[in-house]
Amino acid sequence: MISEVVMPQMGADMEEGTIIKWLKSVGDQVERGEIIAEIETDKANVELEAFDSGVFRLALAGEGDTVDVGTIIAIVAGKDEDISKYANGPTAKAPPKDETPKEQENAGEDEGEKEEVPSNLRKGPQAGSAKESPEVEAEEPAQAETPSTATSRDGGRVRASPVARKVAEQRGIDLTSITGTGPDGRIVKRDVEAAAELGAEAKPTAAPEPTGTTTTVAMSKIRQTIARRMSQSKREAPHYYITADVDMTEAESLRKQLNEAVEDYPRVSVNDMIVKACSIALRRHPIFNSWIVDGEVQQHTDINVCIGIALEDGLIAPAILDSIGKNLGEIGEASRSLAERAKSGTLKADEYTAGTFTISNLGMYGVETLVAIIQPPQTAILGVGAVREMPVAIGGGIATADIMKVALSADHRVTDGAQGAQFLNEIRQILEHPAALLV
Amino acid sequence: MAEVAYREALRMTLREELEADEKVVLMGEDIGAYGGSYSVTKGLLEEFGPDRVMDTPISESVVVGCGIGAAMGGLRPMVELMTINFSLLAFDQIVNNAAKISYMSGGQLNVPMVIRMASGAGSQLSSQHSHSLEGWYAHIPGLKVAVPYTPRDARGLLKTAFKEPNPVIFIEHTALYGRKGEVPDNEYSIPFGEAEIIREGADVTLIGYSGSVYQALGAADILEGNGRSAEVLNLRTLRPLDVEAIIGSVRKTHRAVVVEDDWKFGGFAGEISAIIMEQAFDELDGPVQRVCGADVPMPYAKQLEQAALPSPQQIAETALGLF
Amino acid sequence: MTQLVERPPVEDLSGDQQIQLLRQMMLIRRFETKAAEMYTKQKIAGFLHLYNGEEAVAVGAISALNGDDPILTHYRDHGHALARGLEPKRVMAELFGKKTGVSAGKGGSMHLFDIDKHFLGGYAIVAGHLPLACGVALANKRLGNDKVVLCIFGDGAVNEGEFHEALNLASVWKLPVLFMCENNFYGMGTDIRHVSAVIEVYKRAEAYALPAKQVDGMNVLEMYDETLQAADFVRSGNGPSFLEAICFRFRGHSMADPEFYRRKEETERWRELDPILTFRKKLTNEGVIDDTAFEMIEEEIEQNVREAVEFAEESPAPPLEDLYAAVYKENS
Repeated sequence: MISEVVMPQMGADMEEGTIIKWLKSVGDQVERGEIIAEIETDKANVELEAFDSGVFRLALAGEGDTVDVGTIIAIVAGKDEDISKYANGPTAKAPPKDETPKEQENAGEDEGEKEEVPSNLRKGPQAGSAKESPEVEAEEPAQAETPSTATSRDGGRVRASPVARKVAEQRGIDLTSITGTGPDGRIVKRDVEAAAELGAEAKPTAAPEPTGTTTTVAMSKIRQTIARRMSQSKREAPHYYITADVDMTEAESLRKQLNEAVEDYPRVSVNDMIVKACSIALRRHPIFNSWIVDGEVQQHTDINVCIGIALEDGLIAPAILDSIGKNLGEIGEASRSLAERAKSGTLKADEYTAGTFTISNLGMYGVETLVAIIQPPQTAILGVGAVREMPVAIGGGIATADIMKVALSADHRVTDGAQGAQFLNEIRQILEHPAALLV
Repeated sequence: MAEVAYREALRMTLREELEADEKVVLMGEDIGAYGGSYSVTKGLLEEFGPDRVMDTPISESVVVGCGIGAAMGGLRPMVELMTINFSLLAFDQIVNNAAKISYMSGGQLNVPMVIRMASGAGSQLSSQHSHSLEGWYAHIPGLKVAVPYTPRDARGLLKTAFKEPNPVIFIEHTALYGRKGEVPDNEYSIPFGEAEIIREGADVTLIGYSGSVYQALGAADILEGNGRSAEVLNLRTLRPLDVEAIIGSVRKTHRAVVVEDDWKFGGFAGEISAIIMEQAFDELDGPVQRVCGADVPMPYAKQLEQAALPSPQQIAETALGLF
Repeated sequence: MTQLVERPPVEDLSGDQQIQLLRQMMLIRRFETKAAEMYTKQKIAGFLHLYNGEEAVAVGAISALNGDDPILTHYRDHGHALARGLEPKRVMAELFGKKTGVSAGKGGSMHLFDIDKHFLGGYAIVAGHLPLACGVALANKRLGNDKVVLCIFGDGAVNEGEFHEALNLASVWKLPVLFMCENNFYGMGTDIRHVSAVIEVYKRAEAYALPAKQVDGMNVLEMYDETLQAADFVRSGNGPSFLEAICFRFRGHSMADPEFYRRKEETERWRELDPILTFRKKLTNEGVIDDTAFEMIEEEIEQNVREAVEFAEESPAPPLEDLYAAVYKENS
């Protein structure tokens, strides 16, 4: 009878053992129960006993060899029995390992909604707001989300309770069109039901469509963000508008001098001058240099004026940080740098999030003016049109002047028309007496 | 129907069972001559004799183990442990023997027995006499756990316990023994795994068991005053748990608050919360809330003890926070 | 293999009956050694506590009882199970974790159960089953039968609270339990003499007013005799009794035990008192058995144990549905 002597399992966690010493040589008689070897495990030295009697025919591992538990290390058999099949060396008899290939964990792209920007990048200038929203789309081009709890949006994500989502889906209501009244601004079931009753922004159902081919224009991330934020702005901020004509003749003249006469002076654009003018005016009318957050008006001392930059996908408006502290040349440099970096996607977080006022200039398109939508959480925006040579009435006669029409859009929750008019007038005065821009 | 105190309702079932089945035997400390530390077994020794109502030494472990062995051997024992606090001395017998013998033996043996004990705090008995560890027992497969609230619950659930071929941990509440309630005159049983909607409502579900049902009902009154109608569930058994009733109620109200005396961290309320999250996620208008005992050993001083236990005010405030 | 059908006083045991006793001890010895081999070959897993050296206790004691006297024992339970007559193939199948095992593969080595043979379990919590024995005895007393519960435990159990509680309760309630301590001096790796205020175990029993005696656990006839007498005492309604059986296990506490805590010389000395060798010698001297007969028994047992292994090997593992089976008994 052939007895396979194996490296024994001597305790549940033993995986291998080392043969210290064989106590039998080939040809020796072995009795069942006799100790035939000394084995070393990681806990102790143990004695290997023979479980059957016979002749020690073959050692398949030598003294000092370490083998896995279950490996055949010797053969005891009758002296003439055929054991040729064991002659080829140790056969590992370790039980097959359980090979279950781990499934590649494909978390998938979550539309950037779950990307998290460290919270310290989301502070506004001197912002009093301590609440930070946990998620911000890293690609978010426009002003970052209000780190507030008054809105139902967390970065890219709409905070709505599970049952609110269910009902919204059932009733065809777009959650992004709803402001939540639940705890922490969460959209809750009653909000959705109320919206359903108002018939607010139900997804279009079976409306007659125009004939001809229809292609769906995919909304880029930027587009979606603009859509959401501008809707929010219009919905939440009661806008009022004041327009004014600014005589840019003097300003043009100053600009020319700076650009041509002063050597090595950075180029200054019309918009750069408007930025400076607005910055000075904001210092004098700080209520327009504010945010409205959670129903609270936060007036900032830092002045960071945003300028609009058109990208392929949409418009963004990053901030020139501390525009009040920069001279015209520095503003010019800053605005060019912003434009470059906006296009290459390397704007700094502050530039996204810390703006206090915005200027949107469509002058290069020759339009009369732009009546713009305020960028939340700011409370005012200046739209600017082209500088056009226009007839003006002066001293009873007609002359021409370079006129630029500007439009102030402001949040009536924060300011009134009279304040807006004064502020706008300030801007106009500075631009029409541009020496003020040099200080 | 009669108005009967909780302790009396229990006694009614014990008497019925002692009468109906010769194999029923009661064992426990001071259940005979003393009449029972909570007077549940009062008079039974005189009625049935020392062979049926057995006073034991203070040896919780061997007394419970003896009950288990007696159940294995063909009797139908009920062991009374004075309180859940002392049951810890018999925890090894309950967990390693009572709960395992059917399984380990491959189904050859079973342990038909009832282990009764009193749980809860509120009488300034300090930290070693004030545990509410129902959740620990509910955690163990192989046991069944009943937690009656009303006298009607007590009588009916205990009846079912005596018919169970498995070990039943029957946990009463010290504060409930004297409370009276309506109890049917005839014999009846309440099945395990059937919660009771003890108060109907539409706006929020308050889930409690044993003593905490009382607090939840108090909270429901406060909520009503605030224009919110609360539905209160009396779970009655923790294992088996009436998951259907819980989910059904949450489907209706979309808000849930679980209330228990036991410590919050790692407690059974977390289990109920997880079940609701798993099975009714889309029904929730807010996260499941828990109002539980403070995470401290129970203090002696009155105001401290009161502050350590859930109150109707606390529960109502938590519930209102969901709206 | 069944236990003795009749239980005469020891002096009246016939030659055949004594051969039966020898054979049972040999079966246990061979079975345990085979189980060790199977463990090293990973057919058996978990803990394996072997009975080699203590066979006289199980065989002597259990043979002196009635077939329906319930037995509760500790985790070193293979010897007791085989002595009570559980089939070797079904015990081996349980060790292999197969569905055909005595506990349907759900218990393993430490939890052998066979209700038909009144073998109410091996238990893994030291002293944890003593209270159960009290309860089974209480039930028997109430049901009016005269069964004796044999409760076997080791020397390690005598310092657990449950030991004391159980002896006290059994004594006070006069429960029909025969408490039997297998004192092999070592509780796992601890010499019991180093950790006990009173070394003689039987004296502790006296503290609870149990009649108690120390007996030679390496002598099968003495075990038989003493157990017969103690069981009669208990069976007659006198309450519990206590036997301390002095014995020695030749192997470690379990398979993984390298035995640092005792000296080889001690083990070698006790091997000279091997209950099988000494009994064989006695029977040979008395002409009850000769070498040929002995070898025939050996071969028979060899065959028996080999078949047990084959049966275990070929048996199916429990199906996955069994995971949830028997957690509870269903209401009928």
